[in-house]
Order: sequence, then C-alpha cells, then structure tokens
Amino acid sequence: MGNALRFSRRSVLKTMTAVGGLGALGAGMPWTSALAKDLVIGFIYVGPRDDYGYNQAHAEGAAAVKAMPGVKVLEEEKVPETVDVEKTMESMINLDGASLLFPTSFGYFDPHMLKEAKKHSDLTFLHCGGLWTPGKHPANTGSYFGYIDEAQYLSGIVAAYSSKTKKLGFIAAKPIPQVLRNINSFTLGARSVDPTITTAVIFTGDWSMPVKEAEAANSLIDQGADVVTCHVDSPKVIVETAEKRGVFCTGYHASQATLAPKGYLTGAEWNWAKVYTDYVKMAQGGVKIPNLVRGGLKEGIIKTSPYGAAVSDAARKHADSVKATFMDGSFVIYKGPIKDNKGNSVIAAGKEHGQTDIALESMNWLVEGVVGSLA
Amino acid sequence: MDRIMNALAALLTALVVPGAALLASLALFGAFVALVGVNPLEVYELMYRGAFGSWFSWQNTLTRAAPLILTALCTALPAQLGLVIIGGEGALVLGGLAAAATGVALDGAPVALVMGAMGLAGMAAGAALIGGVGALRHRRGVNETISSLLLTYIAIAVMNHMVEGPLKDPASLNKPSTAPLAEAYQIGPLPGMDVHWGLVLGVLCAVAAWVLMSRTVFGFAARMVGGNPRAARMAGLPVGRLLIVTTALAGAAAGLAGMVEVAAVHGRANAALVAGYGSTGVLVAFLARQNPLAVIPVAILFGGIGASGGLLQRRLGLPDASVLVFQGIIFVVLLASEAMQGRVRLFAPAPILPAAAKEA
Repeated sequence: MGNALRFSRRSVLKTMTAVGGLGALGAGMPWTSALAKDLVIGFIYVGPRDDYGYNQAHAEGAAAVKAMPGVKVLEEEKVPETVDVEKTMESMINLDGASLLFPTSFGYFDPHMLKEAKKHSDLTFLHCGGLWTPGKHPANTGSYFGYIDEAQYLSGIVAAYSSKTKKLGFIAAKPIPQVLRNINSFTLGARSVDPTITTAVIFTGDWSMPVKEAEAANSLIDQGADVVTCHVDSPKVIVETAEKRGVFCTGYHASQATLAPKGYLTGAEWNWAKVYTDYVKMAQGGVKIPNLVRGGLKEGIIKTSPYGAAVSDAARKHADSVKATFMDGSFVIYKGPIKDNKGNSVIAAGKEHGQTDIALESMNWLVEGVVGSLA
Repeated sequence: MDRIMNALAALLTALVVPGAALLASLALFGAFVALVGVNPLEVYELMYRGAFGSWFSWQNTLTRAAPLILTALCTALPAQLGLVIIGGEGALVLGGLAAAATGVALDGAPVALVMGAMGLAGMAAGAALIGGVGALRHRRGVNETISSLLLTYIAIAVMNHMVEGPLKDPASLNKPSTAPLAEAYQIGPLPGMDVHWGLVLGVLCAVAAWVLMSRTVFGFAARMVGGNPRAARMAGLPVGRLLIVTTALAGAAAGLAGMVEVAAVHGRANAALVAGYGSTGVLVAFLARQNPLAVIPVAILFGGIGASGGLLQRRLGLPDASVLVFQGIIFVVLLASEAMQGRVRLFAPAPILPAAAKEA
C-alpha cells in the first residue's frame, strides 16, 4: 500500500502552481460600480455592432447616449433571440444595475422582453420594432420604429436617374411586410421618374447570409441591374460586390459610403441617435416615456446618406424636392391607383394610405414593376 | 485495495490532464487579452463572477447548459460506435418544429397528454433525422459526418418553410412563427430557481446514456462496434441495428432539446431555434471525450463561458468574438492534451500480483 501512490516532484509542483492560479482567480480586483446617480442603460444587439448595418445603426445611437452626462452605457453584441437575451437583460439589471433597457432586435420582444418586463415592473424596456399595443403589453414596456421606406423612396428616385439599363436590383432577406414595404417604396420612387424601370428582387431567406447575398448581387448584376440595394442586416458584402463590379448601389440601415466611394449614391439610414437621446432626456427629467414612438424623415427618426459624387444635379434636385414634401408631411407614397406585379389592383384610385396607416403593416404584395414573387 | 487505489489514480489522471489543459487555455487567453491591452486578472475575475460568482450567475450558467447537454449527447452516443455526427442542430430544429406543431394541434387536451405528445414528437423528429444518417451510413456507406451536416441545412430549410408557410400563425407578420402554445403547455422553472426543467431532463438523459453505454449488453456491443466493426460483425453482432438504434437515440436527445426550447423558452417554433446549440454541443461532446457523464460538467463549463461573455463585453468592452476565441483555445489545447493522456503518469499504478507471488 505504501508504494501505491508515488508523486513525482514535477507533478506536485504543477499542481501547486495550478492551485495558486485558482487563488488568484478569486482575488481579482474589485469592480467599481457606476455612481449611484448615473442612469445605467443597456443596449443589446443581435449581431456585431460594427456590421455596417442594422446593429451598427443602433450602436451609433448608443454612442450618442454615451456622450451625454450622467449616464452609463452597457452594450452586448451577438446576443441570440433565445433565453440568452433574457439572461443578458437580467445580468444587466442584477450585475450592472441597469434601469433602462433597449433590446434592439425584432425577435427579442415576444416572449423574451415581455417576460423580463413582467419580472421587473419598476424598470423600463423599450424595443425596436413597433409592436407595443395598449392593454396587451405591460405599461413599463414600449416600442419605437421608423418609416424608413420614405428614405427608400428617395433612394429609388436617385437610382432611377443613375441607371442606364433601367433595371434595378434588390436583395431582401424575407418576404415579410417590413421588407416588402421597402421594396415597393424603392420601386415606386424609381418609377415616379421613369415608369419603364423594373426592380428585380431576390430573397435570401435570412437576415445575415453573406455568401448568398454576394451571389444574389452578382446574379442581379449579370442580369443587367446597374443599381443594387438591399434589406438585410448587413449590406456590407452587397455594397462591396457592387463596387467591385462597377455598378451603383444605395445603402440601408447605416451609411456604407466608405465601402463604395465610387458607386455609393445615397442610402436609407436610421437616426437612432435622436431617438435614444430623446428617451434618455425623458428618463433623466422624470418625464413619462411614451409607449409608442413612430416617425419618418419629418420626425428625424430616418435620414438619408449624403449624395455620392456620381449623383447628377437633376437627381439631387428631384430627390430634394420630394424630401421637402416628406418633411412637411404632405407626401403620400401609397396613393391609388396602385397595382401589384400580377396586375391586381391593390390600392384603388382615389384611395390613400398615409405612413401611419396600420393597413400598410400587413403588406403582402409586390408593386407593379417588381420582378419577383413572394413564394 | 490496490485495485481501488489504481482506479482512483486512473480517475485522477483522467481529470488532471483536462484540468491542466483548461488552466493552460486560461493562461493563453490571458496572454491574448493582454495583447489587446486588457488586464488578464480582471478578465479571469469577471469570468468567474459572471459564470459562477453568485447564485444568479449559477442559474444563468445552468440555463445555458441545459440544451447543450442534450445536443452533446447527439454526438457522444454515436461516437461510441466510432461515428462522428455533427447534425445536432438539425435534429434540435426539427424536434422543436414537431413539438410546436403537436402542441398547437392538440390544444385543449389535458396538459400531461400534450406534454408527453410534444416530447415524443420532438424526439421522433430528431430520431428520424439522425437515425436516417445512421441508416444511410449502414446501407449506402454515406459518410455520416457530411450527411448529418448537410441534413442540418435541409432541416433548417424545412423549418423555415413550415413556419413561413403551412404552419404560419397569421398574426406573426414580421417574424413568421407557428401559433403560440397555450400557457398551460409551457414548461415552467424548477422550484425555487430560475432554471427550467430542461436541465433535469438533460441530466437524466446523460445518466441514462451512460448507463446504457457502460452497463448494458447493448452498450458493450455498441462499443465493440466502435472498437472494430469487422470483428464485431464476425462475432455475430447486429452491427446495422446497433448503428441505427444508437443514431436514432442520439437524434432523439437533440430533438428533445428542441422540444424543451419550444416549450420552456420560445412558446412557439420559429427561426430563433437556430441558435447554434447543436454546433456548441459537438464541441462539448468532444471535450467530454464522448463520455455521456462528462458531458454534464463540460456543458456547465460552456454555459459558464457563455454566461460570462456578456460581462466581458459590458465591463471591458471586449467584442463577443473574444468568447469564441476562448472556446477555440480550449478546444485546441484539450485536443492537443489528448496526446498527453497516458504519457504523463502522475501516479504509478501498483502492480497487482497474484496472492501466491506476494507470499513468495
């Protein structure tokens, strides 16, 4: 028995070092928490915050909040729409003392954010996507969203002036109402300049599919499209592909101008900086935060990228004049008669759907001039 | 006595090597973060605090570990037969879809019945997918790694098609999903905890898998196939049946994970089911050296890494990818340390001599 265990000196030393290491783990350094009076705000992103797209737009908004006095901003990226986001919210609350949370991805709302909001009824949860319904959702939750299709309409106008082939390309994630509205507004904008223009659309099936997006861009360009745009989480590869192939592009979510210095015409961007700083000012001032915030160019929630060098004066003038009518609230995109791309009348002559019209939020058709189908 | 000491020494050795590998990974990761100008000690402290430092952190870790135990079994079980299956993601997604469809179809039926049916549907869907991989391997000689990977893409496409088409809840406009499960059919948390019952199911399945593989004739036969399929066939073992049954069981485990995701987390099936639990499960299984029991602590370790990742991002501004870097380092170091297994002899085994020899 005496010789059953024989420790080599080296192994003993190794073990000792390991145990010492564990001790150091526990010791660590104390985390100095934010000053008690600071408002702690958590931003949660579904993808990387430097994606040149959806998440970057939100991160730019968070950066604007960070510059405000009396706040501490927490950020977490690439948080899946699963129990992970619930735990992230709880960690921000329990470990970091957050009292205002912005889960920015659409899929965070139900059931994840609603579950956390019920657990923490004294904290505020604001969600990007515009789903809040009075009576149905807790009072400490809210949602905000913008009519970004207004900027897509302007992009369509600029695209129409720049296209020689009269064929535009649109790479879209999923055939859901939000996306269809952008495709239709872009096409309506382009066809307001030249009714012979068509927009070919390709659905990739998911929000972030860089390889498919590049293939789709190449395929659209091969088919003759000389301006491409998109509605996916990160327009990066699409814009880069367009630049490489020597065609024009318009951006989405954030500015991709630096990725395509030659071909970037303009883009539809979120202006979350305004929305977030407004919210934080309300929270700091003790003002009741509205449960539903909506708006477009007029309200400053949407902006357009500065025109690229390739945009002609005529295009600038036309787009600016339409933009002015968006700014004074007099412009209506969805004004009948409008037909879908199968020839059915979808909005009768004389009928108008303003931006706030809820009917537009269940859009399930592609407008005349779009080459593509939903199924 | 010597026998017991030897077994103990073998167990200790089996633990010391991966333990040392883990510490080495921590050191490498510390060097990595130091390169980007972050204090490694602070990183370690935050990782500990985020994963295991408080009751809240433990619950966070365990919640994340729950699906990983089940998806890891999807790789660990077939590994006993020498198969490398990486299709847990597909089985999870199909299992979730089947469970949601069943739960919605049986709306109004007694809770126990619906829960049972959802569990069975989820397991059956996962079993069909991975069992199919086993069958393809046995009957057509199709490489099971490739087919399970490719079938995962097909499974995800099927799920997307169903939730955007035939099974779509018309109210789910911008996030196509199946109709939501009634509140009564959802799995609640464990008593006194914020961790759902999926964890218990996972642990039970892992223990059952271990018993099956190391304490039954079936398991013995399966491991014999893993050791040498030809010899197993010569010995008259039903290789094909063992293969298909084991792969089906593996798929059932991942399918059950999908059912738990639907019933405990999402309340419906949609694209959020594709969250990477299947692929992390593959990693967990390999690090557990395909031992179903070891899957439990390794899954908890990975749950902890996931749980602490958020804190690293928030407190130190490290990108999310830093967690992936850490997982990658652990994976490589642990695989490399496999080579050390058996070479580093910490405890020399006592020779076990026949009684007669001892007296002499």
